[in-house]
Amino acid sequence: MDFFDIVVSILGSTIRLSIPLLFTALAGLFSERAGIFDIGLEGKMLAAAFASACVAYVTGNAWLGLLGGISVSLVFSLIHGFASITNRGNQIVSGVALNFVAAGLTIVLGQAWFGQGGRTPQLTGEGRFAPIILPFVDVVRDVPIIGPLYANVISGNNILTYLAFAAVPLSWWVLFRTRFGLRLRAVGENPGAVDTAGISVTWLRYRAVLVAGFLCGFSGAYLAIAQSAAFIKDMSAGKGYIALAALIFAKWKPVPVMFACLLFGFLDAFANFMQGKAVPGIGEVPVQIFQALPYILTCILLAGFIGIAHPPKAGGVPYTKER
Amino acid sequence: MSTASVPLPNWINYGLIPLLNLIVAFFISGLVVWWIGENPFTALRLLIEGALGRGDAVGFTLFYTTSFIFTGLSVAVAFHAGLFNIGSEGQAYIGGLGAALVALALDQYVPWYVTMPFAIIGAALFGAGWAFIPAWLQAKRGSHIVITTIMFNFIGAALMVYLLVNVLIVPGKMAPETRTFLPGGQLPKLDWLMALFGAKLGPAPFNVSFIIALVMCYLVWLLIWRTKLGYEMRTLGISPSAAVYAGIPYSRTVIIAMLISGGLAGMMALNPVMGASARLQVEFVGGAGFVGIAVSLMGRSHPVGIIFAALLFGILYQGGADLSFEMPNITREMIVVIQGLVILFAGALEYMFRPALVHIYQRFKRA
Repeated sequence: MDFFDIVVSILGSTIRLSIPLLFTALAGLFSERAGIFDIGLEGKMLAAAFASACVAYVTGNAWLGLLGGISVSLVFSLIHGFASITNRGNQIVSGVALNFVAAGLTIVLGQAWFGQGGRTPQLTGEGRFAPIILPFVDVVRDVPIIGPLYANVISGNNILTYLAFAAVPLSWWVLFRTRFGLRLRAVGENPGAVDTAGISVTWLRYRAVLVAGFLCGFSGAYLAIAQSAAFIKDMSAGKGYIALAALIFAKWKPVPVMFACLLFGFLDAFANFMQGKAVPGIGEVPVQIFQALPYILTCILLAGFIGIAHPPKAGGVPYTKER
Repeated sequence: MSTASVPLPNWINYGLIPLLNLIVAFFISGLVVWWIGENPFTALRLLIEGALGRGDAVGFTLFYTTSFIFTGLSVAVAFHAGLFNIGSEGQAYIGGLGAALVALALDQYVPWYVTMPFAIIGAALFGAGWAFIPAWLQAKRGSHIVITTIMFNFIGAALMVYLLVNVLIVPGKMAPETRTFLPGGQLPKLDWLMALFGAKLGPAPFNVSFIIALVMCYLVWLLIWRTKLGYEMRTLGISPSAAVYAGIPYSRTVIIAMLISGGLAGMMALNPVMGASARLQVEFVGGAGFVGIAVSLMGRSHPVGIIFAALLFGILYQGGADLSFEMPNITREMIVVIQGLVILFAGALEYMFRPALVHIYQRFKRA
C-alpha cells in the first residue's frame, strides 16, 4: 500500500473511532460546566449501547433503537441527578456506582434475555445505521488527493457521524450564545449568584445532566447499532474515561473538545495500524504506548505543563440553598 | 427547616442508616433477579450455601475477603484525608509486580517466611510508588486526584501488559505470565486454621495474607485514631482550610496519605499472586480495587466495619460464582450490579433517609 492510501485509511478509522468520544465528551461538557462531575459517562454509554441494540433488534428499526438508548441513558442521568443534586451526595461516588450498575446489568439482562453470553443478536438491514454515500463520490473518486479523501473519509459514514460533528457548533452556540447556556455556565462557577438572581439551581443542573444523558444515548447507539451490529459485553471499553480525558484536555471548551477527540481517535487508529509493524531504526513500537498515551497526555496537561486547565469552580460541590 | 443540622444518636448514624441503605440495595438486586424470571429467595439461599456451605467454599470466601480488606483499607485511609483514591485497582496491579519480583529473586534461596517480609515491602513500595505521582500532582499542581488516579489505572494496565508480554514472560510460552514461584516464593495456606474449626480447606487458596490483612487493620486503626499523623489526616479530610490554618502541612499530609493508601492497595497483590496462583498474571486484580470503594463506604472507613463489609463482599463473590453455576440465568456479573447498588445507596444516597428519620426521631423524643 502506498503512503497516501495508508493516510486515507488511518484518517477514515480516526473518524470512526472519534465519534463515540465526541458525543460522550460533549455530554460531559454540559454536565461539568453546570458543576456536576460525571464519572458515569462510561456507564451511560454502555447502558445506552445495550438498550439501543435490544430495541433495534426487537423493532428492526435503528431510529427506535437510538430512542431506546437515549431513554435509558436519561434514566441513568436522572439517578445521578437525584443522588448528586437532590440528595447532595458525592458526585464521584454516584458516577462510580452507576458505572458498576451498567457494567453488570447489561451482561445480566443480556444473558437472561438472549442467552449469548452477554451479546445481543446480530442486527441486519434497517436495524442499524448504514453508511451514507454522499453525492458525486464516483465522479470525484479519481481526482488525486481530494478524491480518495472525499470518498473514504468524508463520505461513507453513517448519519450519527455527521450528527456528532453538527453537535459541536450546536453545543458551542447553546453554551455561549443562549440564555440557558449562560446560566448553565454560571451555575458551574457560582451557583449562589444564580440563586440570588432568582433562577433555580436545581432545575438548571437537572437540565444540564439530562442533556448529558441525551448525548450519551447517541454515543452508545453509535457503538452498538452504527459501528457494530450488536451489543458486545463491555463494548465501551474505557471510552467514557478517554472522553473525560479529552474533555479535560480541551479545557472544557466545545471546539477544542472536537480536536481532542480526533487526536485521541487518531492515536487509537494509529495504534491499530502500527500493531506488529517495525519502525526503521527503533524496531517494533509496543502498542501499549499508544493505548496509554491519551491518559499520559492528560496527566501532563493536568500537571500544568501544557497550559493550565481550569475546571468549573463549583464542580463537584453540592449546592445547599439554606443553612 | 433544613434537617441537615439536626444531630442524631450514633446508633442511627452508624447502625440504622447504613442498614437501611443496604436493605434497599439488596431489595433492588432482588427485583432484578425477579425481573429475569428467577426466585430471589432461592437465589439468596443458593448464594449463601455457595459461600458458607462447605469448608472449601468458606476458604474461597475468606480468600476474596482478604483482598477486599486490603483495598478497602486503601480507599479508607485516603478517604480520611479527604482524598478519593479510585486508583487502588492500578496500585494493586503494580504492587503485584513488586511482590513478584521479590518472589522471583528469592524463592530459590530462602524459605517463604524469609521472602514474606521482603514481598510485603516490595508490594507496598510499588503500590505506593504508583500512587505517588497522582499524590504529587494533587498536592503541588492542584490536579484532581480522582481524574489522575483513573488515568493511572489505565496507564498501569498498559504497562503491566507490556511487561508481561515482552519482559517477564517465560521464553517459549504463549501465556503472558511469569514462571511459577517455588515454595520459597509462595504464601502457605491456612488449612490449620480451618482445621481448628473442623473444616477442610480443600483447593481453596485461603492463605497467610489474611493474617497480614488483619494486622494491617489494626495498624490502620492505630494510625488514624492514635497518631499525630492520623489526626492531621482527619483534620485535612474534614476541613482543608482549618488544617492549613492550624499549621498542618497540606502537601506533605496529602502525599503521605496517598503513599499509605497505595501501599495498602499494593499489598493486596500478595493474596492472589503469592497466595493463590504463585505467578504474576494479566489482570489478576480483577476489580478488587473497585470493590474496595464499596467496602470502604459500607464500613464507614473504620477497620472493623471494613472487615465486615469485606466479608459480605467475599460472600457475594464466592456465592455469586456458585449461584451462576446453579442458576445459569443469573451470571456472575450480578455481583457487579449489587456492588454498584451498594455504592449508590451506601455512598451517594447515604443521607436519603436522613430527613425522614430526623422527623420520626424528633416526634419520639417529644412524646
